[in-house]
Amino acid sequence: MTLLAVEFQSNWLDVLQTTFMRNALIGGSLVAVAAGLLGYFVITRQNAFAAHALAHIGFPGATGAILLGVPVTLGLAVFCVGGGLLIGLFGRRVADREMATGTILALATAVGVLFASLASANAGTTTSVLFGNLLAISEDQLLVFAAFTAAVVGTLAVLARPLVFASVDPAVAEARGVPVRALGIAFVVLLALTITMAVQVVGTLLLFALVVTPAATALRITARPVRVAALAVAIALGSVWGGLVLSAMVDLPPSFFIVSLAVLAWLAVLLVPGGRRATPARAPVDNHHPH
Amino acid sequence: MTSSGVPTADRSAGGSRPPALVLDGVSVARGGQTVWSHGTFTVRAGAVVGVIGPNGAGKTTMFQVALGLLPVTAGRVEVLGAAPRRGNRRIGYVPQNYTAALGDAIRARDLVTLGLTGSRFGLRRTSPAERARVDQALAWVGAEAFAERRMSELSGGQQQRVAIAQAIVDDAELLLLDEPLANLDLRNQQEIVRLLGDLRRERDVTIMVVAHDLNPLLPVLTDAVYLLDGHPHHDEIGQVVQEELLTHLYGTPVGVVRTAQGDLFTRAAWREPQA
Repeated sequence: MTLLAVEFQSNWLDVLQTTFMRNALIGGSLVAVAAGLLGYFVITRQNAFAAHALAHIGFPGATGAILLGVPVTLGLAVFCVGGGLLIGLFGRRVADREMATGTILALATAVGVLFASLASANAGTTTSVLFGNLLAISEDQLLVFAAFTAAVVGTLAVLARPLVFASVDPAVAEARGVPVRALGIAFVVLLALTITMAVQVVGTLLLFALVVTPAATALRITARPVRVAALAVAIALGSVWGGLVLSAMVDLPPSFFIVSLAVLAWLAVLLVPGGRRATPARAPVDNHHPH
Repeated sequence: MTSSGVPTADRSAGGSRPPALVLDGVSVARGGQTVWSHGTFTVRAGAVVGVIGPNGAGKTTMFQVALGLLPVTAGRVEVLGAAPRRGNRRIGYVPQNYTAALGDAIRARDLVTLGLTGSRFGLRRTSPAERARVDQALAWVGAEAFAERRMSELSGGQQQRVAIAQAIVDDAELLLLDEPLANLDLRNQQEIVRLLGDLRRERDVTIMVVAHDLNPLLPVLTDAVYLLDGHPHHDEIGQVVQEELLTHLYGTPVGVVRTAQGDLFTRAAWREPQA
């Protein structure tokens, strides 16, 4: 086993009680709640690519923060929120948005690499931005996470119904007086705050698995927005908790386990027969309803 | 070109109600380009109006004016006796390609509920009274049987029924339907048309329908607004279904046939040249 350097840690229960593990558990849980709640909207608004791109846009924010000697969370937040607003300003048409998003994504990654090299950040720092470093979450970061998650939960509580309306049915929502554009901007800010946190848990490259996958899994089981949100939060929490326990057991970074558990849940729902179909539905024959 | 002809049987308590839509010298533009101009007509309450014209003539634009989503560049508009405004709860709207845009993530029932409560902020459960109104709307269009299914699982005809339920759940007085028959087979077209007739008769709703094919709608239409040469015109349906007018309107030969039973049809009059 030593060849692969994977070794069962008999003291894993003690490891779970250490301060860094406790911080990881709290921080990871806060992110799981925010990410799970937003997932339904990311999917219905067809924002999955934007979510992925925002994480990349955070990359130069993080390396730039290292360059300037300011907190990484601050750099991430500024770039994610700024990038989100920028993406939001480009046309509402998904096609326009994707081109703009992809272009900004490439530029951001390039700038991130430049900052990293200017800051002569070591490979470890860059790696922890790209793949997350949940075990290094500090108490200061936890406070920021708590504030961000509270902002996401509180704002969603107020916006929930109109945001669902604007997300699944924008043309009618607009006609009914729902401020579709303003809601879109509010949503992208919430998403940016969540991604700022999630990048520090699973990293830029793996973020999708925490922000989109749990909600996609939940959507295969139910289409009722409240239930999707609850189920997505549960799946995200389960992935974070399970990932941390497994990470303590074999002394390997938690990102791998968190992402793997989220993907396993998705695959399980996808493959279970009798569950929801794995392909987009074909419209069935009409029930005949003479009026 | 104002016409207030009151054709066919109109059992609404009409007279006292304000017209559903009044345009007086109205012009609209999009991106600096005039879409149509000099629109002057009145749609009386209780009418079923076909809105016809070639692609790009500005049929959908007319709905957006009525919904208060697009300001006019000239003239005066009145909807149900008041100036147009966004979020007018007295109007029910079913946009074009509506159902194609809706994915996997919403049940029919929840979509109808949004028509009633979707513009309200704050955490609040749907009340039993609201739930009852949603049930009523679903029953009215005959959608109870598939109300718990996802929109993406429904056929085109079922989706269109749900969309209409959403549009009437808040007791709309004016329904704006944009191409409700597109992509429906003949039977589903007829059932939606029958539903529109019921809506007018039993709920006394004024209906405006954008359509590129008049035929399936002819049994219920009382009037038509047609966009010709950059101007909207209004007339009762019998005056619009004329070979000369339709041929001019569509820019291709159109014939009108009246069967022995009195049914009216339009048909493309172009024929393959005989060899």
